[in-house]
Amino acid sequence: MDAEITLRVDGQRRTLSVDTRTTLLDALRERLGVISPKKGCDHGQCGACTVLLDGRRVTSCLTLAVAQDGAEVTTAEGLSEGDRPHPVQQAFLEHDGFQCGYCTPGQVCSAVGMLDEVKAGWPSHVTENLEEEPDLDDEEIRERMSGNLCRCGAYTNIVSAIREAAE
Amino acid sequence: MKPFDYERADDTDGAIATVSDDPTATYLGGGTNLVDHMKLGVAEPGKLVDITKLPYDFVETLPDGRVSVGATVRNSELAASHVIRQSYPVLAQALLAGASGQLRNLATTGGNLVQRTRCAYFQDPSTPCNKREPGSGCSALEGWNRHHAILGASEHCVATHPSDMAVALAALDATVVVRGSNGQRRIPVTELHRLPGDEPERDTVLEHGELITSVELPAPSVSARSTYRKVRERASYAFALVSVAAVMEVDEGTVRDARIALGGVAHKPWRAEAAERELRGTPATEENFRRAAEAELEQAESLRDNAFKIPMTRNTLCAVLRELTREDRA
Ligand SMILES: Cc1cc2nc3c(=O)[nH]c(=O)nc-3n(C[C@H](O)[C@H](O)[C@H](O)COP(=O)(O)OP(=O)(O)OC[C@H]3O[C@@H](n4cnc5c(N)ncnc54)[C@H](O)[C@@H]3O)c2cc1C
Ligand code: SF4
Ligand code: FES
Ligand code: FES
Repeated sequence: MDAEITLRVDGQRRTLSVDTRTTLLDALRERLGVISPKKGCDHGQCGACTVLLDGRRVTSCLTLAVAQDGAEVTTAEGLSEGDRPHPVQQAFLEHDGFQCGYCTPGQVCSAVGMLDEVKAGWPSHVTENLEEEPDLDDEEIRERMSGNLCRCGAYTNIVSAIREAAE
Repeated sequence: MKPFDYERADDTDGAIATVSDDPTATYLGGGTNLVDHMKLGVAEPGKLVDITKLPYDFVETLPDGRVSVGATVRNSELAASHVIRQSYPVLAQALLAGASGQLRNLATTGGNLVQRTRCAYFQDPSTPCNKREPGSGCSALEGWNRHHAILGASEHCVATHPSDMAVALAALDATVVVRGSNGQRRIPVTELHRLPGDEPERDTVLEHGELITSVELPAPSVSARSTYRKVRERASYAFALVSVAAVMEVDEGTVRDARIALGGVAHKPWRAEAAERELRGTPATEENFRRAAEAELEQAESLRDNAFKIPMTRNTLCAVLRELTREDRA
């Protein structure tokens, strides 16, 4: 069954007709040619497909495109301003926060969403006192980024990059 | 994936009528479990009714002090809500111990409760499974069952319920508010999920078409302390091997009230009533904690790969009781 949907992707209005079975990830990659979100597991387990949906980080492989009709989607590609990388992207570059780069767009989107969550005062599983503003130390960064796997094991540099971007 | 119709619901009664009238229709929340199952071929709905735009995105304190949580509140929002962090830390902690930041931003209260087991055979349509295909047999009974139940299982199914949130809700004595074509009913969360018995295909007591609209938490007790502890195979982003949610009231070293629920050990969040009975009115001592845990686990039965869960449950429960009854904790 087909449905007509409109998404705002990286600032651009895109209207398309999708089979209801299409995930947001497949709509972006296969239908709209937006290939920065990557398909790793396709089951919510790796984070490679992470995008910002109405400003919140989500796994785009487990949400249907048709359910996101009208939504604003930001991918890693849309984070930069022209040639100027987003501060989180810049920090990944400076700290070598990747090797093959496959997980990187997901890591970057996840980090951007995560930093907003910290700004909003959201606690995490390792936050000692649930009623205080969380303090983003390395343990917090690791816990909050645990939904993004990296097969190359670039974790140490990813944590350094995020630590710097948070400052 | 089989083709299906999609509808975004804009009124509750319409959504309930649509699903009730069509045996192939089902509700869609965040999709993190259902879409996964549709990809795997575990679920093949003919119609999805998306309920995320219905007006159930609230966390509200009622005049009598109870707190009502709407069915479409995202798990991340609920964990971050001030009233939950302040008055129901066990619930905030359980939510934060589940899944990942990205998934919690999608997952809803209703979907989290109704999510299905992570039994590997259930998720693999090429293997026999009584829950997926009644009467086909249980592959886990004699197979790989490290993650399976030690309490309340049957010869037909030994699966566990995967939700962390539901375990906290069980310890809090929450009530699930449900609407169907015959009106509204209220179900104690401890009675929402079933034991497998000879009908493992039925996870909950919900009838087809019944919609969870909210979950109500009893007014918080000022003197109670609560916490959630989850033991898993890695530090983060993994389902529980065993978990414990507890709400305790202790007065001058004596346990006044204990409400304990166990996760990862049964087909439903397991209220540890035997342990609670042992604890009430007794001094908060290590010896009594151990006795309470042993009383609960007397009924435990292990399978080939999961005997470790029995001592793990005992130790985790004792550790939680110790933590919640420490004198120095404000
Ligand atoms: C990689 C991964 C790791 C995870 N780790 C954990 C974990 O550690 N701990 C944990 O607890 N969970 C974990 N989860 C599971 C996750 O919490 C659930 O998938 C999620 O809570 C389901 O919510 P949803 O809104 O996405 O449900 P959906 O997928 O939309 O729906 C699930 C089911 O609920 C039904 N439903 C939805 N809303 C309602 C309603 N209001 N009334 C009646 N029926 C309804 C749907 O019809 C469907 O059958 C994990 C998931 C993944 C993919
Ligand atoms: S334990 Fe339950 S879910 Fe798993 S294979 Fe057996 S019947 Fe299926
Ligand atoms: S591709 Fe979506 S989480 Fe792995
Ligand atoms: S850089 Fe290769 S997977 Fe992370």
